[in-house]
Amino acid sequence: MIRLDQPNLANLPELRHIGKPLPRIDAMGKVTGATKYAGDYVMPNMLHAKVLRSKYPSAKILRIDVSKARGFPGIVAVLTADDLPGARVTTDIPGVTDTAKRAGTDAPILAKDRVRFMGEAIAIVAAEELAIAERASDLIEVDYEPYPAVFTPAEAMQPGAPIVTEPDNIVARWRIVKGDADAAMKNADVIVEGTYKTQFIDHAYLEPEAGIAWVDENGVLTIRVSTQVVEHFRSIAAALQLPQNKVHVMGALVGGGFGGKEDITVELFIGLAALKTRRPVKMIYTREESLLAHCKRHPFTITHKTGVTRSGRIVAAQVNMLADSGAYVYLSPYVLLYAASSAVGPYRVNNVTVNACAVATNNTFTSAFRGFGAAQACVAYEQQMDEIARELDMDPRQVRRINYAQAGDTTPNGQAFRGAVWLEECAQRAWDALGEETKANAPHMKIGRGLASYMQSYGRITWFHDTSQAWVGLEMDGSIVIRCGVPDIGGGQMNTLAQITAEVLGVPMERITVYGTDSALTPLAGTTTATRQMYMSGNATYQAALAVRKTLAERASQHLECELDEIDFADNTVFVKNDASQNMPLTQLIAICAAEGLPRANLSLFKAPFTDKLDPDNAQGDIWPDYTFGAQAVKVAVDTETGEVRVLKSAACHDVGRALNPAAVAGQIEGGAAQGLGYALMEDVQIVNGVTLTPSFAEYLIPTASDIPETKTIILESGTGLGPFGAKGIGEPALTPMAPAIANAVADAIGARVTQLPLTPERVLEAIDKIETRFS
Amino acid sequence: MEPRLVTLKVNGRTHHAALAPNTTLLHALRDLGYTDVKSGCEKGDCGACTVLVNNTPLNACLMLAWLAEGQEIVTVAGLGNAEHPHPLQQAFVDFGAAQCGYCTPGMILAAKALLDEHPHPTDDEMREALSGNLCRCTGYVRIIEAIQNAANELDAEQRG
Repeated sequence: MIRLDQPNLANLPELRHIGKPLPRIDAMGKVTGATKYAGDYVMPNMLHAKVLRSKYPSAKILRIDVSKARGFPGIVAVLTADDLPGARVTTDIPGVTDTAKRAGTDAPILAKDRVRFMGEAIAIVAAEELAIAERASDLIEVDYEPYPAVFTPAEAMQPGAPIVTEPDNIVARWRIVKGDADAAMKNADVIVEGTYKTQFIDHAYLEPEAGIAWVDENGVLTIRVSTQVVEHFRSIAAALQLPQNKVHVMGALVGGGFGGKEDITVELFIGLAALKTRRPVKMIYTREESLLAHCKRHPFTITHKTGVTRSGRIVAAQVNMLADSGAYVYLSPYVLLYAASSAVGPYRVNNVTVNACAVATNNTFTSAFRGFGAAQACVAYEQQMDEIARELDMDPRQVRRINYAQAGDTTPNGQAFRGAVWLEECAQRAWDALGEETKANAPHMKIGRGLASYMQSYGRITWFHDTSQAWVGLEMDGSIVIRCGVPDIGGGQMNTLAQITAEVLGVPMERITVYGTDSALTPLAGTTTATRQMYMSGNATYQAALAVRKTLAERASQHLECELDEIDFADNTVFVKNDASQNMPLTQLIAICAAEGLPRANLSLFKAPFTDKLDPDNAQGDIWPDYTFGAQAVKVAVDTETGEVRVLKSAACHDVGRALNPAAVAGQIEGGAAQGLGYALMEDVQIVNGVTLTPSFAEYLIPTASDIPETKTIILESGTGLGPFGAKGIGEPALTPMAPAIANAVADAIGARVTQLPLTPERVLEAIDKIETRFS
Repeated sequence: MEPRLVTLKVNGRTHHAALAPNTTLLHALRDLGYTDVKSGCEKGDCGACTVLVNNTPLNACLMLAWLAEGQEIVTVAGLGNAEHPHPLQQAFVDFGAAQCGYCTPGMILAAKALLDEHPHPTDDEMREALSGNLCRCTGYVRIIEAIQNAANELDAEQRG
């Protein structure tokens, strides 16, 4: 049973910092160019490294000859698999429902006998200058022999298919069973079937993967890297056969993550080279390398069969999901779980069967991406809701209203929604914000409106037993230091901690310094993934700040001769609530505490709800701490002559529990919606026969300022989140509903559905042609 | 060809650097310590390395450093600093227009060039002027707001 530990809010009276759109403490450094990113660091005696990558998606390596490269002037080291100690890195440990461990989850650091995707690393070259490293990696001779390959999950599942991942290419399976979908389907008035497909997409952060590694004076391998996870120091240690306390990962402010810097990127390459050469080694991926060789979002094929009554009530759902995990496992089992468990979306469906499968192919590997499987699931279930409405000739919003989950309902895996479930409220407000219907301004233009609701978890899987730690301390001059190992990937993760602390201790934001993202010098706070940092590190910081406040308040109540609960903190002052003339400067109180040896700092650990693993037979059990709910509405214009889709207006409404910083929350929502727009309309990493055809931003298109419509952002605050002050996570949820909302709007406009993302002009025209053929 | 000594004028400072003919302005500037010039694609697709060369916004990755000899180069650090930020920089702070911040230097310089040319840009003009600068975090909403407000601020300053 989950216990929802929530710090007592009653100790805090009116809020002075929380809920205000305060400028971020890291903003001035960014706008003046003072902020250093991982790739900006240089060191004396530094080498530059490059990775030699496979030219083929599937091949045996017959021979690697590095002699010419080694002899090249300026080359300091050329490393291949033969030079490595452990040579493999564990990418993940899957939990799946049919076997304890289906597939080996470790990947080679450098390929030895075989390459499984185009761009797989084969050798590392470290040189005095970058240009020399680039030149020398061309001098390495690799003899390849083509090896049978497979490029689609469906083919990879066939008997006799080339095996990419032992034993049978199936890297994960989840089967979720609730009620009896087969039996209930027989009682349905109407059965609606639909198949929806999503594509590979790239995170396309502006900062490519980068890092610099060196061995320090104590023999500690130190790595300054752009990462969402400083805790990779443990797997780096395992891969390089070092004790864990001999690897130190120092993050930097991350130039965009979105899940793409969740797995290890450059760490092992530069770590190995630094260990070998005993010199600092720097590596920055080119954009082409990033597009080719780091993880992508899983393409999914999702088939829905939904049984409904004439009145619009869903009585049964059967969902099949097939995901392309690419050449290595990475986080596929978990991405698949997120997808499977949200397969029917935020709707009350009592009879559900979900079968989900992730399959290895010779495509670029897939792993975490904002939305993490739940986004792909939403693309399908929200289009299916509109298709159900079309079959029943009902308003799609009415079908949703009839079926929305309510507080206390359970997911197909049996997890109850314990907080507010404001689905209808969010949908209504988002829809209303679209305003009046727009009339097309030309006969070939069609206007459409679409809506998507969603549910998205925040916080990690509960059987991971997630924790975060933070340290909050007052200095003698009343300024504050926060130490928390949180990587800040641009969402304002560190700023949130400052804002919480400002509230609790009554100190303005500009007097707070946050140190984060260091595996050795800041208390470990876990990953900046899974929309967890505000929730986890926010609570850890909140607890630590409250502990400091308690000590100080106790001492102040003696000094000011009042009851403990009459003490309040604001504007660097401690005072009696009902008589502010009774007060003392915070610095005076700190001095008293220091003189008496009272603690002015606290290290706190926040623990998420812990559960056991899911029931292996039907995946029943709690999986996440909580969910965020919301809706996205859009209005689009479709040019029926060219097939071009333009989003005219976007309105999002999310219940974020409590917006700790409304400007930051809105920024997440607007940015997430823009990524969703790209997902829906233009983004597509085209991998054909294992070859990436979109290796630059000239081919891989993401939204520009000109693609962004008029945008309305509506923030609701139910106060029922598990974060500090009742907040819920919003990082991933912001993206999830946008693509299906656009797909529904396009279908509304043209009267036909394009079931494959992205909705390119070609596909839109094809859909229009089909209707015209039907009527001609 | 051999490197040659090139004089680069950056943010009012003069540098003499021995540069190979194929050195891009991006690499030359970063090697001189101007790490506020960000590298995002090195192909002119993303705009992260935007600098002003004689007041014109250019992708530093597409310009050879030799060709920048003697020209006035401005990076975002040349517009202002934490004590005296340019109104655009202040507006990006105030309106939450910087998230990860990696596109921000280029974005601000593209906006600066726009406002120099068009002190009262329309929404379309702003979007057009920024269309060569990709941002993956913000959805551009707050960036547009910030530029609009900076334009008003600069206008008020001029009117004194």
